[in-house]
Amino acid sequence: MTMNWRTLTGQALLYGLFALFIGVFSSWPRYQALPDGQAVMKISFIHHGQRVAPCRPLTAEELAKLPPNMRAPLKCERERAPVTIEVDLDGQTVFRHVAQPTGLSRDGAAAVYQRLVLPVGEHRIAVRLKDTTGPDFNHTREATVQLAPAQVLVIDFDANKGGITLS
Amino acid sequence: MQQRWLTALDHRFDAAFGAPANPLKQLGALGFLLLWLLAISGIVLYVLLDTSAAGALRSIERLQDAPWRSGDALRGLHRYGADAFVVVMFAHLLRELWLGRFRAWHRHAWWTGVVLVPLALACAIGGFWLNWDRLGQYSAIATAEWLDALLGTPVARNFLAGGVSDRLFSLFVFVHLGLPLLLVFGAWAHVQRLGHPAVFPRRVLALGTTLTLLALAFAWPVRSQGPADVGTVPQQLALDWLLLFLHPLADRFSNEATWAVSALLLGGLLVLPLWPARARPAAAQVHPRECSGCGRCVGDCPYGAISLVPHPLRRTGVMLPQVRAAQCASCGLCVASCPSSTPFRKTAQLATGIDLPQFPLAQLREQLRRGLAAGKRRVVFGCERGARIAQLQDPQVLALTLPCAGMLPPSFVDYALREGARTVLVAGCREGGCDFRLGPRWTAERLVGEREPHLRTLPAESWQWIEADAGEEPRLNAALQENPP
Repeated sequence: MTMNWRTLTGQALLYGLFALFIGVFSSWPRYQALPDGQAVMKISFIHHGQRVAPCRPLTAEELAKLPPNMRAPLKCERERAPVTIEVDLDGQTVFRHVAQPTGLSRDGAAAVYQRLVLPVGEHRIAVRLKDTTGPDFNHTREATVQLAPAQVLVIDFDANKGGITLS
Repeated sequence: MQQRWLTALDHRFDAAFGAPANPLKQLGALGFLLLWLLAISGIVLYVLLDTSAAGALRSIERLQDAPWRSGDALRGLHRYGADAFVVVMFAHLLRELWLGRFRAWHRHAWWTGVVLVPLALACAIGGFWLNWDRLGQYSAIATAEWLDALLGTPVARNFLAGGVSDRLFSLFVFVHLGLPLLLVFGAWAHVQRLGHPAVFPRRVLALGTTLTLLALAFAWPVRSQGPADVGTVPQQLALDWLLLFLHPLADRFSNEATWAVSALLLGGLLVLPLWPARARPAAAQVHPRECSGCGRCVGDCPYGAISLVPHPLRRTGVMLPQVRAAQCASCGLCVASCPSSTPFRKTAQLATGIDLPQFPLAQLREQLRRGLAAGKRRVVFGCERGARIAQLQDPQVLALTLPCAGMLPPSFVDYALREGARTVLVAGCREGGCDFRLGPRWTAERLVGEREPHLRTLPAESWQWIEADAGEEPRLNAALQENPP
């Protein structure tokens, strides 16, 4: 094919349009990932619920049936209780979830990850968590927080830090 | 009918670039070029990258101070190359879909190509995380939340307070190195069942595309968007919509809905080839008695449908082609490549080494003989998918339509002239637009003596080769008028 000014102009135009398309849509229009005046609350934990049945000592007969190297003094069932969490925001329950233990024997950790968008400003937050088979929540935490624009408030559970944490 | 507007668009691009270098006809080859550019720029970037969460952004930012704006060129080439790759990939997919090239012998390329789409997007998304800025943070967390919706385990917990560990950042690096390697392997598999696959575009197109991306990199340098901070959510982002479009979709419609739509689209594309279609013409048939086992048909098949096996009738070491019917497009390119495909043979029933059952070479010779005996002196061989030669009005014209112009053995041109034709015109589709990929290329090369079997040297004014698509019949007429008998 012979090159002349018409073909060269055509090529320049098409290359230019291609570049313009890529250049524009690689950064425009700007994306509002979070609206102004909003913050984010992330409720997340990985936590083992307590055992469904408490550990009990083995009887002498049961111990005798076991090989000598397996004679542990306590027998513990593997299954764990589901972990229930409730979060109130300014007196309204905004999140309630029952996290089931993982694993075929239901002996793994229960996990939660939830992202909630809320307006900035002062909020009263109450968190209740239950990791036993009993009827009552055995961990609670209440706090008043001041949320700045785009701030991420994380509600977690860490037994080593006293249970429910807000950070 | 449905292809008319696409053919018209192709012709516009042909006018600017020439048919062989038309980017619309070289989308797959362009994809390979862009993959090369991404691999080369990516390797250099990896050498310069500090692979720790704290140092990654700083190391990328330092590129801005590199001499002669080489850092901008490198970064722009990688980012805009990825953008271009995704654009070219989707254009390639839509073009093949529109042209119905997903059934029968296209199946393998279609299925492997569709699988490459999510893989390419995953490669691209992972690249943003390595530049650990606000955009990388947004993309990494959005991806983790998207995965959580499917897997159920909270991957996104890795991005809570405390920042991202170097261990997790190493995983990012692994993702952006491992997935592209898989992509390269997938691209190799994609073209495995093609004969002479176009894995690099014409040089002029490759140069033009590379220079365009470089110019874009200088004119619109890629910039980071501030250091990542998992304690806050990025609010306003200069989002790359070509590569990260899934994140806003998930934000708008939920992660679960985006998964469902993606799975439906992908699944729909994967089952398309199984949709019932009209009956296919019979595959090419090998005639062992006429075959010398030269293997030219193997080399000329556009879909790699022929392989060689030991010849049952000849001495040890002589091979015989074997056609895999499922991969055969019944184009007849193999027929023209066979040295036995010559009308000069004295046998009463013309036979050749490999032939099309629905349009045997003997039938073509018979049509030619009858036409010449009836006094026609201008022979036109054409393609049933190209310009409609039956519409030619000249009473002197003997129009012979083949499944593809590439099926015409050059010796038929010679034969027609010896048997009384004054001129012979061979018309094929424009290069790059052939439904059977290589028809016009092989025909042109055989006629000018660059490919076996080639045309015997004949007076230049006695024959003509013209590329004309369907709808370009006036060009054929004009070519006939230019070269009167």
